[in-house]
Amino acid sequence: MAAALALTLAATISITGQTQSPAQPATAKAGPASAAAGKADKSATAGKAYKAPRTPDGQPDLQGFWTNSTYVPLERPNNVTKELYTPEEAEAAIKAAAAREAAQTEPGTTADVHYDFSQFGLDRSQSTFARNLRTSLIVDPPDGRIPPLNAQGQKRAQERAAARKAMGGQYDAVENMPVGSRCIIMGGAGPPLMNAGYNANYHIVQSPGYVMILTEMIHDVRVIPLDNAREGARPQPPSQVRQWIGLSRGRWEGETLVVETTNFNGKNPFRGASENLKVTERFTRTADDTIQYRFTVEDPTTWDRPWTADAPLVKTEGPIFEFACHETNYGIANILAGARADEKRAAEQKKGSN
Amino acid sequence: MMRNRFLIGTTIAALSGWLLAAIATVIAQAPSYRAPRTPDGRPNLNGIWQTMNTANWNIEPHPAGPSPVRELGAAGAVPAGLGVVEGGEIPYLPEARKKQQENYANRLKLDPEIKCYLPGVPRATYQGFPFQIIQSTKHIMIVHEFAGAVRTIYMADQTEAPADSWMGWSNGRWEGETLVVDTKGFNDLSWFDRAGNFHSDALHVVERFTPRSAETLTYEVTIEDPKVFSRPWKMSMPIYRRVERNARILEFRCVEFVEDLLYGHLRKQPAK
Repeated sequence: MAAALALTLAATISITGQTQSPAQPATAKAGPASAAAGKADKSATAGKAYKAPRTPDGQPDLQGFWTNSTYVPLERPNNVTKELYTPEEAEAAIKAAAAREAAQTEPGTTADVHYDFSQFGLDRSQSTFARNLRTSLIVDPPDGRIPPLNAQGQKRAQERAAARKAMGGQYDAVENMPVGSRCIIMGGAGPPLMNAGYNANYHIVQSPGYVMILTEMIHDVRVIPLDNAREGARPQPPSQVRQWIGLSRGRWEGETLVVETTNFNGKNPFRGASENLKVTERFTRTADDTIQYRFTVEDPTTWDRPWTADAPLVKTEGPIFEFACHETNYGIANILAGARADEKRAAEQKKGSN
Repeated sequence: MMRNRFLIGTTIAALSGWLLAAIATVIAQAPSYRAPRTPDGRPNLNGIWQTMNTANWNIEPHPAGPSPVRELGAAGAVPAGLGVVEGGEIPYLPEARKKQQENYANRLKLDPEIKCYLPGVPRATYQGFPFQIIQSTKHIMIVHEFAGAVRTIYMADQTEAPADSWMGWSNGRWEGETLVVDTKGFNDLSWFDRAGNFHSDALHVVERFTPRSAETLTYEVTIEDPKVFSRPWKMSMPIYRRVERNARILEFRCVEFVEDLLYGHLRKQPAK
């Protein structure tokens, strides 16, 4: 178990997957995921033969503790033109990325160092992470990049930027600060599930008619009701009901859990999307320790075409401990109080110099 | 004659008292109802549930009272309640009762619910929001609408609490028709209700969920905390199923609703 402090200094303790000595430097050889990661690679090509174990009610069993932690970026780096690295290149890319995380933690290398990521086991390399030869998580479009914003998307981006500017400085008021620092929601919750940089852990539990996904970050829970033969397709939730994580419904297509999510409130826009975002996720267990996770995002008011990414989940160790974030979010109060103190001091200096 | 009347009167009184006690017992322990089974053979507690009482205002018996917030008028006023504590009164140690009264007097400043903090156990159960039980073989999850509070009940791989937390560390077991959940590892920050009833970090909660009909559960809770109470004590209440076909746990992500309350005083003031 490793005690950890979130960026906001909210108290959080992660006991998932922290299987190596916390003192191990981030540049050390990758963690215990190597075996799992090998499977993840294989599953992309040879996973067809695998049939997942079944829950007592006959669903393919996705249950357990999983992580989508990875060094593979969502978008293909600008200087890379191919879809897959060689194993040697992939290893080098991981080492380079791990070194960048470690560099943050060297005193004096970064102006705003908060604490040592590697000391608290928060750098990715100390926990299980999904290995992959892919140069980007995005598989479609084929260039591995998010499609350009269309005219509506660009207009919205400009309006959002203007609205942010009109609110004043980032430390003027709590509403101006990032939603993660405010402990409202963090990136990993999705949908889609995006690796959160640290604590990228999930707990999946299934009951007849439901799949639940618990995200470690801020104990975010999504309960996905499943369509079934007896009751048929779930009615579309009313459009007035909009949520930070949208409203999801799911169904089994053979071995694959397909989850569609709409009804987003647009307050935590995913890559510039609007509240019209639709996310379709496909979970397929391709090995005992791997779930192939593919998501497609569509929002015709933002992009002229849908785009799709593969971000496999690999098995990790539980349990997941309570991530109470807001309850001890001293960071917000201290940051705002610090900004007010700075203003007061500046005003007094101005007065003194007059 | 007079003497007979007196006797009859006391007999009736005694009988009605006995009857009331008997009725109470019947409600608490529904006759031998046998719940439908999950595919792995356990009593099936899956579903969306909610309590229907005033325990979140005060778990002890209480009369109706005015709203603690003047502007809310009757909409924020306190409904009366018969209480959910067996025996009526919580057996506080004398100093602890004083602290509860201070908590009550300062409840607008101190009640963690007002700040959107995780509600703790058992308060989450009777806070008034729906919650969903997702029952699997190794883990039973309880997902609460309020603040997205979530509990993992370990039915396998059970361990001691690794550290203190708001919702505690729960290990469960089946006793016939009843799911018994043993929870320890609490911090001392949550309350039992809006009346300032509280506990310490020595809190030990044992909950018993027993199906009493297709749409109701009996919920019994034993509270033990030698730093605050002179003896263990019990609460009990029914829990009702949300039977609407489209029932689901919605988002009550309340942090943004309380930010101005908590941090508004740190807002940048317009230049004078």
